[in-house]
Amino acid sequence: MLRFLLQRLLATIPVLMVVAVVVFLILRLTPGDPAAVIAGNNATNDDIDRIREQLGLTKSVLVQFGIWMGNVLQGDFGYSYYLNKPVGQLVLQRLEPTLSLAVGTMTLSVLIAVPLGTLAAWRMGGWLDRFLSAFSVAGFSVPVFVVGYALIWLFAIKLNWFPVQGYRRIGQGVVPWLMQLVLPWCTLATIYVALIARVTRASVSEALTEDYIRTARAKGITESAVLLRHALANASVPIVTVVGIGVALLIGGVVVTETVYAIPGLGSLTVDAVLNRDFPVIQGLVLLFSVAYVLVNLLVDLSYLLLDPRIRY
Amino acid sequence: MNSELNTWTGVAKRLVQNSAVRFGLAVLGILLLIAALAPFLGTVDPSAMDSANINTLAGASGSFTQLDGTSLQHSFWFGADSFGRDIYSRVLYGTRVSLTIAAATALLAIGIGALLGMLAGYFRAVDAVLMRFMDGLMAIPSILLAIALIAALGPQLWTVVVAIATPEIPRVTRLVRSLVLTLREEPYVEAAKALATPPPVILFRHILPNAMAPLIVQGTFVAASAVLTEAVLSFLGLGLPADIPTWGNIMAEGRVQFSQYPGNVLFPAMFLVPTVLAINLLGDGLRDVLDPKFAKR
Repeated sequence: MLRFLLQRLLATIPVLMVVAVVVFLILRLTPGDPAAVIAGNNATNDDIDRIREQLGLTKSVLVQFGIWMGNVLQGDFGYSYYLNKPVGQLVLQRLEPTLSLAVGTMTLSVLIAVPLGTLAAWRMGGWLDRFLSAFSVAGFSVPVFVVGYALIWLFAIKLNWFPVQGYRRIGQGVVPWLMQLVLPWCTLATIYVALIARVTRASVSEALTEDYIRTARAKGITESAVLLRHALANASVPIVTVVGIGVALLIGGVVVTETVYAIPGLGSLTVDAVLNRDFPVIQGLVLLFSVAYVLVNLLVDLSYLLLDPRIRY
Repeated sequence: MNSELNTWTGVAKRLVQNSAVRFGLAVLGILLLIAALAPFLGTVDPSAMDSANINTLAGASGSFTQLDGTSLQHSFWFGADSFGRDIYSRVLYGTRVSLTIAAATALLAIGIGALLGMLAGYFRAVDAVLMRFMDGLMAIPSILLAIALIAALGPQLWTVVVAIATPEIPRVTRLVRSLVLTLREEPYVEAAKALATPPPVILFRHILPNAMAPLIVQGTFVAASAVLTEAVLSFLGLGLPADIPTWGNIMAEGRVQFSQYPGNVLFPAMFLVPTVLAINLLGDGLRDVLDPKFAKR
């Protein structure tokens, strides 16, 4: 067990190293000159040279990578060229909205998708099943921002149930926080629900064909116990796996949803950083999101031990 | 094995019988026609701005001043945007861009992925290093990787294609690698090896043709997600330059005044959603017909 944990942790190190190299190289071997961008239109060549010197851009790429990596390992992600603040500080300021959005969406999606997928598998070919498969196909074909605008138009502009855009910190009161987040949650949840419900349906329907289901029914236990304790419990590993894999989708969706709803989180920070060619911020954010994704999937791997006692590493 | 299953006519017959394939091909056919015939479908120059027609409502008709200064009578089926450009024309011309990006992205991702997958699957020495690199690439969420690449390369047609294709390459590589690992044990590959056939010939003549079916299926899914990703990138302001009429750009431009003129977002969406849906359904149908082993799971 401990051995497995250690092995699994060690295996993530090369993955993260590759991520770091890729992220660094993509943004460093580019034609654009960040020093010229920072200096602005009225800068002289001397100004640009001075800024380039200050940022360490005159050193070789390998040295730059070494310095960057060393700093990152000490928790120092560098300075934003544009906002003139440490990247770490920017991330911390923007963390709450993004976490509220992502964790809320994930919870909401699992709470909706798992029961729906289970019921669809229970009555396969029924109206819920057909509705759900139509919803999954549609969920993968409509861009997140179109869903966002449709919801804003209907629920915020026409019906006036929710505020149109913006964000309130949870410290300013739970109710305003919640009201601001309902539409973003629903927007981001569409694709995630489609994904989880589809896998839940497939996995539960497979479990339902097993002999122990027939035995359980023969014992005379209630149908809900058959579904929950026998079918769903045995179908849980693929479901948890897809929740983990879906985090990549969720992160992409966060960037879009934050832009649609003008939420000042990490996603909108990413877009601003790209538009301003703010290399340290882009590097820090892509690295951070990738680490989060890898860690979530590490947790998913570990959860197999709890979900399925047959799995022993 | 049933000979009917594997002949070209047999495959073609089953493809035509599959309703998802029929629907997907029909929609794509219409879109291709629209893309080809865009200049003859009552459109004007998609980048011509006529200040007299700013925010003209959908369905109105009136005179439109073209770039050369001449005016013509024009029906604004989808209205005009805040620059006075005809949205109907922009959406129709946008079909060209979207289909080009979809096809180019799929070809690029499948081509490079197939090459790398064959290398990894056939040459064990390359495998470990290459696949660790692919694992690393896959750990970066696709949209973020695409955004970072666009930031680095600048927004142009080819850079957008590269940016959307790159996150897909590791998935294709993995697929092809796993196929090659099975196919290399087949008797006909053993036989080819015994005849001292050079590895490139084995790979391209004996292994690749047998991996084509899953590759084509994967290619359609890549194409569908490319259409979506292009729209998302343009929406974020990180896609093709704003003056090029793409569905994403039209929606990005329309979002500012979405509450007054929702059509600027909804009309392009009415083209985009069926396109992605059709390509996805085509992929599902192709998978059912070409790759029955996978479809069963």
